[in-house]
Amino acid sequence: MTQQEQISLAGRPDFAAIAAWIRPNARVLDLGCGDGLLLKYLKHTRGVSGYGVEINDDKVIASLRNGINVIQGDLERGLAEFEDGAFDYVILSQTLQAMRQTEVVLDEMLRVGREAIVTFPNFGYWRTRWQLGVNGRMPVSDELPYQWYNTPNIHLCTLHDFEAFCAERGVRILERLVLHENKPVRLLPNLRGSLAVYRCSKA
Amino acid sequence: MSETRSVGPVSAMRAHFDQPIRLKCGATVPQYDLVYETYGTLNAAKNNAVLICHALNASHHVAGYYADQPQNVGWWDNMVGPGKPVDTNRFFVVGVNNLGGCFGSTGPSSINPATGKPYGSSFPIVTVEDWVAVQARLADYLGIDCFAAVMGGSLGAMQALQWAISFPERVRHSIVIAAAPKLSAQNIAFNEVARQAIISDPDFHGGNYYEHGVVPRRGLRVARMIGHITYLSDDAMMEKFGRALRSGRLGFHFDIDFEVESYLRYQADKFASYFDANTYLLITRALDYFDPAQEYDGNLSAALARTRSRFLVVSFTSDWRFSPARSREIVKALIDNGRDVSYAEIDAPHGHDAFLMDDPRYHGLIRTYFDNIAQELGDVPRSPAEAAADALMEGASPL
Repeated sequence: MTQQEQISLAGRPDFAAIAAWIRPNARVLDLGCGDGLLLKYLKHTRGVSGYGVEINDDKVIASLRNGINVIQGDLERGLAEFEDGAFDYVILSQTLQAMRQTEVVLDEMLRVGREAIVTFPNFGYWRTRWQLGVNGRMPVSDELPYQWYNTPNIHLCTLHDFEAFCAERGVRILERLVLHENKPVRLLPNLRGSLAVYRCSKA
Repeated sequence: MSETRSVGPVSAMRAHFDQPIRLKCGATVPQYDLVYETYGTLNAAKNNAVLICHALNASHHVAGYYADQPQNVGWWDNMVGPGKPVDTNRFFVVGVNNLGGCFGSTGPSSINPATGKPYGSSFPIVTVEDWVAVQARLADYLGIDCFAAVMGGSLGAMQALQWAISFPERVRHSIVIAAAPKLSAQNIAFNEVARQAIISDPDFHGGNYYEHGVVPRRGLRVARMIGHITYLSDDAMMEKFGRALRSGRLGFHFDIDFEVESYLRYQADKFASYFDANTYLLITRALDYFDPAQEYDGNLSAALARTRSRFLVVSFTSDWRFSPARSREIVKALIDNGRDVSYAEIDAPHGHDAFLMDDPRYHGLIRTYFDNIAQELGDVPRSPAEAAADALMEGASPL
């Protein structure tokens, strides 16, 4: 089995990108950890320790089953359980676009973590633009599988949007990786990349 | 269904301890008995033992029933048994009546060998720390060096937490359900009302009612009523009783009009018929005094620094006696220490008593946690899907 296949099996193409940035034995907080697979993956590949935060009852149990520490709670209420600088990395993997309090969440991430890793579907991806601009319909894709009326994704953005947002809030982007179908996109990333992965810190 | 998954008929056992125990209050109990029950089998490695700590009015009778009293089912029978969340096919489960109790362990109603009379008011004040120290003696007696888990709800959860502090090397997992790291002023106030009800009963006789051949029933009844109200949520009471009238119309008297009154009186009578008033005083005091952070200037994180076990903390949204915020204080202190801790907040309507209820999310959570403990012990094969997921993880190399 190739490494690529292993990672795909692990569920999500951003896992490998995130793991590549994480120092061995780091302390990690994974916000919106879902079934806990990312933290389990990081535990096995990077020897990290830490916690996941998840609001959904079934996913909390799934995280437990995956052997990770999971704290049930609502990210939008802040991260009061965690002290300033308690983590090397705070991860928000494909959850940013579903947050109501986007600014609060990013601020809290950089309060409790030295670095934040954020991944989100790039709304500037050309197929998305095509569906809206040419077909005149709200985009639906593998990354954004919902219809306009039932989507939890209320704060979609493009690479340019996110970078402007960081600049306004004094957030420094340390590294960026743009992917499409698990492959890095270097040429015209805001048009050709469907998934964005950023590593940030306070400026 | 419940019958096939019960541990079946059980019997209580008694252990006698001659080694004196010095209590936190300074008094020494020279010898004492502990009554306990066990379910399941202690394995050869003696690493599959689970201690269940009881709360205010419960006992060592955690699961199963007595052959001569088939209605007397253990207080956590829905949690403990073969195939249940705490699976007695895998774990050796121990229930023990605490020192100062009234179900057979030495307590105020026991005969003091020094005087030949019941201890009564001379029984010393016991604390959660004392109970845990005594439970550790029982563990020695049973040949258990280290518990796979110590578990409890409410006051039982405080004991589970205290185990992790007092004997960090003797517990691998701490399951802390519907707990608080210490009582609030309101919590203590409720306990004080209960105690005053008992103490002001003319039949109390300063705690030495045994020699007068009476029990302070009226006080015990009121104590139980006030306690019971705090265990239920407003919504649960409204749902269960509403303003329903027993006879369908107002009676214009002070006898029972409302169904909720009937319920409270029934609970009170039942309780007063079996529970010892002095034990009630002792246990409410133990609750009041529990505060592991006290000797660390109120810093709970410092108090929990010596813990080594892994934790599961569970709270219930409708619990106003020990609200989820109180459990989150414990979680935060554990996170501050970098401990392995998971926390679940169960959306259940029943109030504090939810920890005793059969809620599928709650029981699913506990079951999953104990499945993991069993797998750590290595006595349970993983499902093919889990094994495949693990193989994947092991095979994945750092990039």
